[in-house]
Formats: sequence, structure tokens, C-alpha cells
Amino acid sequence: MASKVIQAFYNDDDVLMLAVKKVKAAKHHIEEVYCPFPVHGLDKAMGLEPTRIAITAFIYGCIGLSVATVMMNFIMIEDWPQDIGGKPSFSYLENMPAFVPIMFELTVFFAAHLMVITFYMRSRLWPFKKAENPDTRTTDDHFVMEIEVHDNEPELLNLLSNTGAVEINISEKDLH
Amino acid sequence: MYTVSNRLRMGAIILMIVGLVGITYGFLSAPSSIEEAKAMVASHDEGHGEDHGKSDLHTTDGHSANTDKKEGHAMSSSDHDAHVYHQLSNKPWSALYVAAFFFFMIALGVLAFYAIQRAAQAGWSPLLFRVMEGITAYLVPGGIIIFVILVLSVLHMNHLFVWMDPEVVAHDALLQGKKGFLNPTFFLIRAAIFLGGWIAYREYSRKLSLAQDNADDNSNFKLNFRISAGFLVFYLISESMMSWDWIMSVDPHWFSTLFGWYIFASMFVSGITVIAMVTIYLKSKGLLSDVNDSHIHDLAKFMFGISVFWTYLWFSQFMLIWYANIPEEVTYYVTRIQDYNLPFFGMIVMNFLFPVLLLMNSDYKRLNWFVVMAGVVILAGHYMDIYNAIMPATVGDQWSIGIPEISAVLFFAGLFIFWVFRAIAAAPLQPKRNPFIEESKHFHY
Repeated sequence: MASKVIQAFYNDDDVLMLAVKKVKAAKHHIEEVYCPFPVHGLDKAMGLEPTRIAITAFIYGCIGLSVATVMMNFIMIEDWPQDIGGKPSFSYLENMPAFVPIMFELTVFFAAHLMVITFYMRSRLWPFKKAENPDTRTTDDHFVMEIEVHDNEPELLNLLSNTGAVEINISEKDLH
Repeated sequence: MYTVSNRLRMGAIILMIVGLVGITYGFLSAPSSIEEAKAMVASHDEGHGEDHGKSDLHTTDGHSANTDKKEGHAMSSSDHDAHVYHQLSNKPWSALYVAAFFFFMIALGVLAFYAIQRAAQAGWSPLLFRVMEGITAYLVPGGIIIFVILVLSVLHMNHLFVWMDPEVVAHDALLQGKKGFLNPTFFLIRAAIFLGGWIAYREYSRKLSLAQDNADDNSNFKLNFRISAGFLVFYLISESMMSWDWIMSVDPHWFSTLFGWYIFASMFVSGITVIAMVTIYLKSKGLLSDVNDSHIHDLAKFMFGISVFWTYLWFSQFMLIWYANIPEEVTYYVTRIQDYNLPFFGMIVMNFLFPVLLLMNSDYKRLNWFVVMAGVVILAGHYMDIYNAIMPATVGDQWSIGIPEISAVLFFAGLFIFWVFRAIAAAPLQPKRNPFIEESKHFHY
């Protein structure tokens, strides 16, 4: 399905922030903002929901901790018990201090890597993906605010032209 | 300007009086002879039905150094009685010393935090500078009290530091080897240098901070930045040596190379916690109106982070010694796990598990009452940390948390509150001409 979108270009993040606030105040839905770098507070200004990545991070950390525990229990206690430094490996609990670094590292490892993968998937960034940004300048020094047009083109044009946009385009776009 | 409310002042004075009564009671009820100590232990054992024989096993203070010379045989019965007598007469002193050090280290931790903010030219924290300066004012009375206790130890009024006893050193090859560093004169000289350096920086930086309020340029601010950066170098060295002197040397045979960092983590997190608590208290009185939830959030992040840092150091120290299992090192933890099981492991729950679980969520760090609740647990946990560092060496298995310990905490808490809030009331709560004050006012995360 193709739809008509209006794209306003800005060359300063402060101007962009003010523009976003103005557009939100006029009760228009902002489809997307493309930035060359993360703009502090933009998510709040756009009215995006808070991220849930922290919840997934906690779950992944718990998985990592469990994997480390099960793994070290199998390797060091069940499969090949050894007597290291006068501490025979008969029980996981009694040898636990020796495994804490591994438990910690795998917790961090799982949380970090799975979190990054989750973030990429959620942001639709998989290998060989075609870039979605409408203009290559958004990877350099321009910000683009994209608003869907629903028979209100003149009104949007009028609103955006007063927000300090350096360029305003209207284009057809494939929606995902 | 803030004025100390009468209720707070009265509360602090009542705490001091109650504490003082309890401390006096603690000293009066300590045994004055070996027979008395025997009777106390006997009645205690009947009450709890414990077998006291196991205390022969532990090898902590100077008397074990004596018995080591007897080819490591178990102590004779009279040696053991004398040993228990010394532990019991140490008890009120240890209680006093632990509480005195705990409140002193809060001020010292805040001083480090303050110096770091100055040296880093942090933009978020200048609104909190007067709170920090108020807390570090306690360095003067707290430092003097600690110094007096140390002088009394050198004068053999107590036996907190066994290496101060020439009789013990004469029979101990290890202590003779350490004599060049661990001798009463040099010990007091070092203590005087540390305390002098910390107090001098605090007073000078405070003076510059106040002078900046009415200045026409930023010269005071810049000078404060320079002396703070220099002070941090002095602080890191002196704090580390202080922790060997004042804490590690109660177990004069044992040593750990990361002990200075470990104690630093403890004082840093306690200090930051107290900054957060005092700030929240002042905010609840309608003061510090420019301090917003993001400032509290940042302090809570530090509380969370440094709690994890403390645990990291605690565990690094523990695991290496546990794994290597070298007798002269591992005895430190054997005593603690055998005789101090609950305080030792309870402290890790309070200092690690609680802060990690309570303060992990970003939103909770912005709830003031939540930060205060977590802070109370953290402070109690770090009191236990110092308790576990001193008591096993000075009172051994005769420990308890009774009237002397609680009273000492009450007394120093009262003195701390009295002195800190008096200092906070002495100057405007908001620095006027700090170049970063605008940034601090608009701070949000």
C-alpha cells in the first residue's frame, strides 16, 4: 500500500524539537523522525511509549544466570569433579564462589547480546535490509520529520512552513 | 537560608544524651577482673546453652600471638580466661570505635564525592554543594573523637590494637618485622597528617565556595577546581593508608592489598546515601526548590552503582582468599563465617541484594521515600561492614549488638545530625555565583 507523506527537513536539533512540539500541539500524528544522531528528549516530545527493552534485558540476564549455573554444575560437579585447592567438587553450593565470575559474565553476556539483537529486530534492522530513510542527508546533517497526509495537505504545509523547515517535500511512500 | 528546627535540634540532643548514658553503662558493666569476666561468660552460656569450648579454636588477637609461640597448642584454661576478659573489656571500646568511625566515614565519603564533583566541574551537582559542605563539617568533631580514641589506645586504655602492646610484639616475629610502620608514634603522626589534610581541604574549599557567592569573577571557582584535583591525589593515598592503620591493623597479621578500595567503596556509598537523605529531608521542608527528581535520580544511581562496586571489591577479596586457602589469610574469613555468620552474610544481603533489587528500576530512583528506605538499609549494612571489620579482632566470639553498640550509634547519630544541620544552616542553601548553577537548575536526564 502506498500513501502520501509530507517530509519536512531541518538542519538543527533544537529547531526540530520545537517543530515536533508544534506539530504535536496541532494534534497531528508524526509518522517518523529521521536523525543523524540521537536527539535527547525527542521520544518524549513525539509521544512515543517508553521502551520495554529493560524488561527484556532482565529476562535475558536471568536466562544467562541460569545457563551459567546449569553449565558449571554439569562441567565441574557432575561430569568431571576435580579437587582444586583442597575443595573437592561435590556440591555446587559449596563451590559456588569459584563460579560467581562465570555466572556474572554470562549474565552480562546474554543480557547485552540478546538485548542488541532484540533492538535490531524490533527496529527492523536485519542483514541486507534496504535503508528506509527517505533522504541520504539524514545520515549527515539533516533531520527529517515525516507526517502522513490525509487530505489535509495545505493545512500541513502551512503549519510546517512556520516551523523553520529548510525544505518541505511531498512524496509517495510504501508503508510497511 | 535554612534554620534548624527546634524539633530536629532537640531530637539530636536527646539522641546524644541517651547514647551517652548507654555508652557509660557499657563501660561500667564491662568486667574489671578476670573472675568477673568468667562469671559473665558462665551466666551467658547457661542462658544460651552453648558450649564455650569452641572459642579455643579461634586465633584472632594478640593472645593468639602469644600462644603461637607455645608451638600452637590449645590455650591453657587460665590463658583462655584472660583472653575472654580482654575481649569483654574491649567490647564497649569497640562499640564506641565502630560507631565513631562509621559516622566519620560518612563525612569522609561525602568529602571525596564533593572533591570529585569539583574536579570534574560537574554541571548537575552545584545545587547540592551546600548539603555536601554541611555534611563534611562533621569531619572536625568526628576526626577529633577518632584521634582521641586512637591516642587512648596508644596509652593502653584499651586493647583494640594488639600491636601497640610491646609485650605482644616482643613475642611475635611478624609484628617485629612490621615495627617500622606499625609503631604507636608513627601511627599517631600518620593519623594527624590524614586528619589535618582532610580538614584543611574541607575548610579551604568551603571558604572558596562561600567567597564565590559574592565574587565578580570565577577565580575562586577555578582555584577550588585546582585544589580539589590535587586533594583527590592526597585523598586516595591517605584514605588507603588510613584503612590499613585504623581498620586492617586490628588484625595485624592479616593483610589485603585491596583493603583501601574496599573501605573507600563503603564510605563512598554511605556518603552518597546521606547526601540523598539530607537533600530529601530539606526538600520535604520546602527548601532546595530547584533540586528536582533528576538530582535524586542521579544520587540513587550512584547508590546503586557504588553498592555493586562495593560488592565487587568484597567478592574479589573474599574469593581470592577463599580459593587460595592459605592458612594465615583464610583465618580472617574462617572467624567471620564461624563466629559472625549472621552479621557477615546479612551484611551482603543488605549492601548488595537490597540495593540491587530496590534501586534497579529507573522509576523507583525518582521516588523520594523509596530512596530513603533503600538508604536506611544501605547505611545499616555499611555499619555492619565496619562492625565485621573491627569486632572479630577485638571481641572475638563475645560479640553482641546490645546497649553499648546501639548507644554508641545513637550518640554519634545525634552528634552528626546536630553538627551537620548546624553547618547547613550557616550559609545560604543555594550557591549564588557558581558558573554551573544554571545547568544544575535545568538538569534533567
